[in-house]
Amino acid sequence: MAATGEIRRSYWRRNQRALAPWLFIAPGAFMFVIYVVIPIFRSVTISFYKWDGMGPKVWIGLSNYAELWGDPAFVVSLKNNFIWLLLYLLAVPAGLFMAIFLNQTVRGIRVYKSLFFFPFVISQVVVGLMFSWFYAPGFGLFYKLTQMLSGTGIAILADERFATYGIIAAGLWPQIAYCMILYLTGLNNVSPDQIEAARLDGAKGWKMLWYVIIPQLRPATFIAAVVTVIGALRSFDLVSIMTQGGPYGSTRVLSYYMYETALSEYGYRMGYGAAIAVVLFLIMMLFISGFIWKMYRDETER
Amino acid sequence: MFPRPIAQVSPIARFSYKLALPVVLVLWLLPFLGVAVTSLKPAADLAQGNYFGWPSHLAFGNYADVFRNSPIAHYILNSFKVTIPTVIGAVALSCMIGFALAVYNFRFNLLIFFIFVAGNFVPFQILMVPVRDLTLKLGLYNTITGLALFHISFQTGFCTLFMRNFIKSLPPELIEAARVEGVTEIQIFWHVVLPLMRPAIAALSVLVFTFIWNDYFWATVLTTGPNTQPVTAGLYTLNGQWVAAWQLVSAGSIVAAMPPVLMFFAMQRHFIAGLTLGAVK
Repeated sequence: MAATGEIRRSYWRRNQRALAPWLFIAPGAFMFVIYVVIPIFRSVTISFYKWDGMGPKVWIGLSNYAELWGDPAFVVSLKNNFIWLLLYLLAVPAGLFMAIFLNQTVRGIRVYKSLFFFPFVISQVVVGLMFSWFYAPGFGLFYKLTQMLSGTGIAILADERFATYGIIAAGLWPQIAYCMILYLTGLNNVSPDQIEAARLDGAKGWKMLWYVIIPQLRPATFIAAVVTVIGALRSFDLVSIMTQGGPYGSTRVLSYYMYETALSEYGYRMGYGAAIAVVLFLIMMLFISGFIWKMYRDETER
Repeated sequence: MFPRPIAQVSPIARFSYKLALPVVLVLWLLPFLGVAVTSLKPAADLAQGNYFGWPSHLAFGNYADVFRNSPIAHYILNSFKVTIPTVIGAVALSCMIGFALAVYNFRFNLLIFFIFVAGNFVPFQILMVPVRDLTLKLGLYNTITGLALFHISFQTGFCTLFMRNFIKSLPPELIEAARVEGVTEIQIFWHVVLPLMRPAIAALSVLVFTFIWNDYFWATVLTTGPNTQPVTAGLYTLNGQWVAAWQLVSAGSIVAAMPPVLMFFAMQRHFIAGLTLGAVK
């Protein structure tokens, strides 16, 4: 017995550097495969079936995808997702200007920075409620403001022309704070020598910003753009809280519409919901693969 | 420094900057301030149309009402029950994976790393139907365990990205020196690397706490009812019940937002260090 124990120990001793990484990876990888990797493939499979979540699945091939094209609710959701994506990206320059505004050393500036940042820490549910109050028809601050300016108040969230933009504005609030903090860290690391050199060459203001500062902020800009794109495509909480997709479905986005078809009173159409999720996934993949490609280049360059 | 330090510009510009700071701050936080003030208004104020002015008196009773007449205390407890195990689980798992991916050269190292990174950016929605189905089959639907297990798994992706890059930045000589001494790999992890990871662990813990506390999507997909739902989902339900009782909605919102906000102000340095990792080279 002692001998086998000895052999086993020496086997471990000899091979521990080959075995250790797998041991360390195993528990986390197990969970990740079960809850993330396999579900991605299962979703793709489910999207080829008609399924109510409980009963038998019926193979219907590409019918779910074919149905998507003729489904006006899907088209509206897709269009809204692009509006989200486009307008959400405004958070990147807005965050940059806010960071520049705050990148000073006056008394109390650290408190200012954290207060400017803190919308990001608040749950989107609460952000949604805050903006609902802000927009509330009749007494909301924003409603009163439009009433003062144009004579008639605009109930943003009840008006299908504006509702999506109202929700996006709510989403931009924490997102700008996030980009701001990324840029504040970036600005901290801009080389002072280069700025001095550029100043001696007579660069200032916009020229300085464009030719000297922004190029040095590349890493911050990259991260800010990545998290903003992901945030825009994932948007669900605000739509659910503020309008539930209404009025008349005009504020639906893919993630919300997917939830509606698969899990709400509109019926448990798991297959159709999965098909919507796959479309969203493919859009996201375009961005993720670009991100991974850049990381891969950075890793192999080193 | 960019922009030019305010100390070097004219006194007028300096003065107007100092004046602009609080003004911009108030405008920026207007939605929050509005709700904070509303949460302290007696219901009578709102009934009389006093939506913007100061409350006629500070009605802290709104907060008492929220706790007394709604299960919000229960929702908050649920949030803690989901959030704390998730933080511990995800950080522990990712410490180990991060160590393995940063320290060892083996086949598929980069591939495994990129699978974790990619999984982290996947839209949740593609996981929704299968994860809900899996949770149902495991008998964990509408349980705190079911929700926490999913969160641990999903957050492991993000945490791994973070931990691996952090460990990679530690000096490799430390590990080499320990190996020369004949220290086993597990001891290297436990006695050499783990103590150095404290700042990363702190930063990640605060971040994951905030993410999970604020999660709403999975809370609605995997739980239902006040016995299991965390406060984000609970607040949505309460909002439906408190139609037009804005003083209650506001007080509830503030209560629900508090824990991560306090956490942020208490551990700001770690929080920002975690968030901005990668924003500088």
